[in-house]
Amino acid sequence: MVTMMQLTEEQLRSRRSRSKAIAWTLIALVALFFVVTIVKMGGNIVNRPL
Amino acid sequence: MADVGIDFSQETDAVGGGLGNAHDFFELMKPRVMSLVIFTAFVGLMLAPGPLHPVLVATALLAIAVGAGAAGALNMWYDADIDFRMRRTARRPIPTGRITPGEALSFGTVLAVGSVIVLGLLVNWFAGALLAFTICFYLFVYTMWLKRRTPQNIVIGGAAGAFPPMIGWAAVTGSVSIESAVLFLIIFLWTPPHFWALSLYRMNEYKDVGVPMLPVVAGVDATRRQILLYSFVYVAATLAPSFIGLAGEGYLLFAAISGGIFILFAIETFRRRDGKRADKSAKNLFAFSILHLFLIFSVLLIEKKLEFGSGWTFLW
Repeated sequence: MVTMMQLTEEQLRSRRSRSKAIAWTLIALVALFFVVTIVKMGGNIVNRPL
Repeated sequence: MADVGIDFSQETDAVGGGLGNAHDFFELMKPRVMSLVIFTAFVGLMLAPGPLHPVLVATALLAIAVGAGAAGALNMWYDADIDFRMRRTARRPIPTGRITPGEALSFGTVLAVGSVIVLGLLVNWFAGALLAFTICFYLFVYTMWLKRRTPQNIVIGGAAGAFPPMIGWAAVTGSVSIESAVLFLIIFLWTPPHFWALSLYRMNEYKDVGVPMLPVVAGVDATRRQILLYSFVYVAATLAPSFIGLAGEGYLLFAAISGGIFILFAIETFRRRDGKRADKSAKNLFAFSILHLFLIFSVLLIEKKLEFGSGWTFLW
């Protein structure tokens, strides 16, 4: 039988804090790649054969 | 603690962490060291010839800062055993049990790989490769190989801290040059007098954990002599930018005067050999060395701004 680990309040708070930091980092990375793509391609982003 | 299940709070260190919050992980990145890395890399980015979009400047700085933080985290992972026993480092996240060594290793590795990929993909791969080399040099050459084996640890290992302006320069130009090598040389030669001044008044801590810093191995007098010698060479190197076209006469004047003050601090450290005044002079040199490096790079930047102000108005 599997026994679930019981986390203390402090551990739960720490885990939430870590999860939020990871989420924000991923969002920031997506935004960064998006912005840099626009910066590098500039107006050329619409200049492609149809 | 609940009635059912494992008492995780008591097993944290052994089982695999869980106590560290985001701030603890940030602390693992040595934010104070990171701030100097960001600043010197920024100067490298600004002094380099050629345009770079401000978004790419910010991206390069972010990647270099995260790479430096990753190196710091990996250093804390490897050095956890001695950090635990030194007063200066005993409150770090691993010795206090907030983060396990395994977590620090994973965190540092992910950030190291991530920062190199971001710099390589978004800026250029030469800068990315230089960042990867710097992280590897700091971890494998300095932390693992030299630090506990030779009193020359911080002389050779200091190269890791000297690379950031060169990486910044490479982010703009895609190459290294004599100018970026001079920026490297300034920090490289600054490192020994800076850290040996610290080790003079922290000698016993290094001795207790078996790190062969120069005062522990060669004695305090030899260390003071080396500090003085390196100070002369360092100050000479700070004058070099004016002779290779990287800076002008205003910078040269500032570097000469502030360098003279640096040498006065080094002479004071060399002369004061006993008691609290000896410690105080070493502490003064340590503090002034940080200020001096900051000012030297600031004046390089300001002079460049005055000369080529219109070139990077987006920042001012």
